[in-house]
Order: sequence, then C-alpha cells, then structure tokens
Amino acid sequence: MVGLVLVSHSALLAEGVQQVVAQMVQGRVPVALAGGAAHAEEPIGTDPVRVLAAIEAVYSDDGVLILMDLGSAIMSAEAAMELLAPEQQAHIYLCEAP
Amino acid sequence: MTITKTQVVQWLEKCAAVVAANKAYLTELDSPIGDADHGTNIARGFAAVVAKASTVADNDIGQLCKVTGMTLMSAVGGASGLLYGNFFLRAAVVANGKTELSAEELLHLLEAGQEGIVQRGRAVVGDKTMIDAWTPALAALRTAITAGQSLPTAVAACVAAAETGMKSTIPLQARKGRASYLGERSIGHQDPGATSTHLILNALLETVDGG
Repeated sequence: MVGLVLVSHSALLAEGVQQVVAQMVQGRVPVALAGGAAHAEEPIGTDPVRVLAAIEAVYSDDGVLILMDLGSAIMSAEAAMELLAPEQQAHIYLCEAP
Repeated sequence: MTITKTQVVQWLEKCAAVVAANKAYLTELDSPIGDADHGTNIARGFAAVVAKASTVADNDIGQLCKVTGMTLMSAVGGASGLLYGNFFLRAAVVANGKTELSAEELLHLLEAGQEGIVQRGRAVVGDKTMIDAWTPALAALRTAITAGQSLPTAVAACVAAAETGMKSTIPLQARKGRASYLGERSIGHQDPGATSTHLILNALLETVDGG
C-alpha cells in the first residue's frame, strides 16, 4: 500500500490534514506526519530529519507520496529523500497537489 | 597561506557571533517580505553548530563541514537552514580528509557549497535571494586567487562583491521563497538571505585576516 507523508510548517496543520484524510482512507492507508520543527521557542518550520522519519514509518516498495505546504517543506522533503538509499528514492513521489 | 581546521572552527564561531549580533536586523529585513524569522532561525542554527563543533574537534575539515550542514538543516527550521545546510554538506565532500586548505581548495570548497545552495533552492541571479550575493562574491574570489593575490586580499574582494550583490537585491522583485508571494511589494527591500551571506563571508575575512 502506498504510504502518505504530510509535511507542514505547522504540526497542527499536519494533524488537521490527517483528520480530513482519515475520513477518506479509514485506516487503509498508512499516514505519517512531519509537521513543525523541534524548537520550543519557534515550532513553525520544517525539519528534514522529521520528514525522513515519517517516510521510513510508512515506506514500502509500493511507494510513498509526500504532500507539502510551502517552499521549505519541499526543500526538507528533497533533503530527506537524499538521505535514503537510491533504490528507495525511486519509490518516493513529491506531490504538487493540492 | 593555508586555512587550518582551527581557523574553520574560528570562522564558524565568528558566524555564530555575527548572526547573533545582527539577529534583530535580519529578522527586521525578513518582516516586510517574509515570515519574520530569518535572524532568529539563523542565530539558533549557528549557535547549535558551535555547540556541536567541539564534538568533532579531532576530525578533519570535511567532517566539521558535514556536522555543520546536518546541524543547520535541523536546527534552523526554515529555508535558510536547508540552503546553508546543503552548502556545508557539499563543502564537506571537497574537504573530506583534509586538515588544512590552500587558497585554491578554499575556493573549491566555497564553490561546491554554492552549487549546493543552487541545487537545493534552484535560484538564479536576479531572483532576489542569497545567490545574488554568493555568485558575484565567488566570482570575485576566483578572479583574485587566479591572479595570485594573497588570501586576505582575495577574500576582501569577495566580501566587497557580496556587499554589492546584497544591495543589488533591493530593487528586485522576488521570484523565490516567501517573498515571491508578495509580487511587486517585494521591491525596495533588501533580501535577508543575501544579507546573512555577506555577514558570513565577512566573518571569513576576519578569520583569514588573523582577527
């Protein structure tokens, strides 16, 4: 099953999107979140380490689809992909929607 | 003249000091055309780098750059962390196994780093980004080093070109990043990323000047 990774500058936003997604997939699709950055004083941001962890949590050779909110979310996702093995990278898709 | 590993650590410490000292200014630049966090983010990033640098004190310059890059990618949280982070990851490849750098090797390191910024952010000159500072700065550095100028003289030319590049961002309309959403409203403001680039290169000048 294709896994879904939601990358957002905001952890809350990622959770909110997950809630909407959950209604549609009803547990059939593994979803992992990479929302927000790990800094107490500035939680808004993205972190490629979190994205990597999210990818690994839902990875299968069926692939992983990554949804992102703004610019640096895309850069974080690309940076995370580069940390994967080449054969895994081939199964990761960065999705321009929505 | 060579750059030693100790001097690279000094450069990173000076980077941390100068971005911390200019935190409010960088954030202020990032307010009208961004998300008002560049100064705070980059200061946090370089502070984390300095804290980590001591753990790799015994390793080569390549290892130091790699740790710097990985730390910036996570500790900054914004685009600049990913851009500067990839700068140092690419620089790490050039400096792998080295404990000192000749002027030419330093040039290659910085040029590899710039390629890392371009690879990650895909900006070109004129987009109103840090690349508007990096590109002329490293062109000036290459010219000076090729002409056989001393490293301090060459880096001074590099910094001067970075300053000119930084100021050149003021009349530009942003084509990248959060500022690009503002369209024409981004005109008239100096790009914060180009500004922090100038500060970082000036810190390098202070390091090679023996300061």
